[in-house]
Amino acid sequence: MRGLNYTFAETADAAVTQFAEAGGSARYIAGGTNIYDLMKLGIERPAHLIDVSRIEGLDAIETDGDVLRFGGRALMADVARAPVVRDEYPVLAESLLKAASQQLRNMATVGGNLLQRTRCMYFRNGAGSSTTVGVYLCNKREPGSGCAALGGLDRTQAVLGTSEACTAVAPGDWPVALAAMDATIEVFGPEGTRNIPIADFYLLPGDTPHREFNINPGELVTAITVRKTPAGRTSTYHKIRDRESYAFALASAAVAVEMDGDAVRTARIALGGVATTPWRASAAERVVVGSSLTPELALEAGHAAFTEARPGQHNAFKVELGARVIADALIIAAQRRV
Amino acid sequence: MTDHGCNNETSSGVTRRTVLGVSAGVTAASLVPLRLDAQEQVPVPGPENGPTTHISFQVNGERVTIDVDGRASLLDLLRERLALTGTKKGCDHGQCGACTVHLDGRPVSSCLTMAAKVDGRQVTTIEGLARGDELHPMQQAFIDNDALQCGYCTPGQIMSAVACVTQGQATDPGAIREFMSGNICRCGAYVGILAAIAQAAETMEG
Repeated sequence: MRGLNYTFAETADAAVTQFAEAGGSARYIAGGTNIYDLMKLGIERPAHLIDVSRIEGLDAIETDGDVLRFGGRALMADVARAPVVRDEYPVLAESLLKAASQQLRNMATVGGNLLQRTRCMYFRNGAGSSTTVGVYLCNKREPGSGCAALGGLDRTQAVLGTSEACTAVAPGDWPVALAAMDATIEVFGPEGTRNIPIADFYLLPGDTPHREFNINPGELVTAITVRKTPAGRTSTYHKIRDRESYAFALASAAVAVEMDGDAVRTARIALGGVATTPWRASAAERVVVGSSLTPELALEAGHAAFTEARPGQHNAFKVELGARVIADALIIAAQRRV
Repeated sequence: MTDHGCNNETSSGVTRRTVLGVSAGVTAASLVPLRLDAQEQVPVPGPENGPTTHISFQVNGERVTIDVDGRASLLDLLRERLALTGTKKGCDHGQCGACTVHLDGRPVSSCLTMAAKVDGRQVTTIEGLARGDELHPMQQAFIDNDALQCGYCTPGQIMSAVACVTQGQATDPGAIREFMSGNICRCGAYVGILAAIAQAAETMEG
């Protein structure tokens, strides 16, 4: 790791100004749980870190009015235990509480978590750090170099949204819940403020897998907003892992429904652990809307989400697992109606 | 409720840490900083060769003012500059929990906490739990329940365990296991750890 300047920004304006003054190799740091890890792996090599974790007001959790608004540097632990989130939006609270460990949730921010990078082991290993193992090609790390995951140990790789250049899984849980809830991401940068629907925030790998987020250099995630909906109460984040806690998802589903008796009036379904971005499963939603929810229909919806799946050598199990995660999540969510 | 969550008093006289520091110092006198006077944290001049940041913070109730390399972790600051080697480096990537300390009373992984971040804040390490010769109830509970084998993960386990109780999460075995899932024990002493936390939850509340 090379030496770097570490400075604090007291305001979002100051952060953006510092970023511009530092030239190309500056990065913002909030909790640091991802970028510092990537620096140790030799993947991120900033010459200047601008600490945005002290910006006044950027940690606000506002629940009045028509929207929930989470400041970009609000801690994952604090958002998860905000009373409105805990009681009325279990899909949001559970996605946070089933992520990482209590230590990391005390450090990591809800804005930074949106930008968490993949756990693909070929991406993480091979950048030349002394603590990594082997040297692997990765189009995300070194554009155009190739992808060692194709035909490699691909058990944890994506089956949806993949390309010939990249099969790396989007790692987050919180972004999956936000995708189901149609959240909006507010960023602030040299050109002012932009509000980006989460559906437009994550980029499919295509032939440019190094471009992951719809965010420009110098832009800072200042807030996340979620429009309030009664579907929040009838929701869940269902996550299946190799061990029961403190692991990334093999498959997960964020589900929120509005029920009319046994019939599903509206459904929001998003998938994690199986796709290259937080993955809205519209095909699954169409299967259940307007029908009585039965275990059979729920599983049919799950399968509908994977008709386009392209598994590799060792991850075909994710197709059936993912379908069943959706099915179980639908039943869990529907049972939460008051 | 007695507050055992964070004890800022420092011990005086010879401690286990001092003895270990001295014996290690015999073979590596120039490398191992001796901490004979626990009343005062004397930072070791660092081999820092990158741009530094001037920070001032409290560790176990003692004020520390120091220039840290911009790349440094809180873990390395504690171990290499302040001779607080109770906090352990396991994976150095936030995956094992061995380096858990409290920052402003909340557990964090010190390996992924950049040292510059602790400016103006309070850090409590495993060395800050006991009151003189009187162990923290959680430390005693770990001994009583054989909650360790090799002991390397134990300081991190205890720091998380204290927070598990003070945050009201030690309500049942399932809740304890979930809260403690960020602390890995390679020896598999989980049964003892669970029992220790359940025991300490009662004594800490007493």
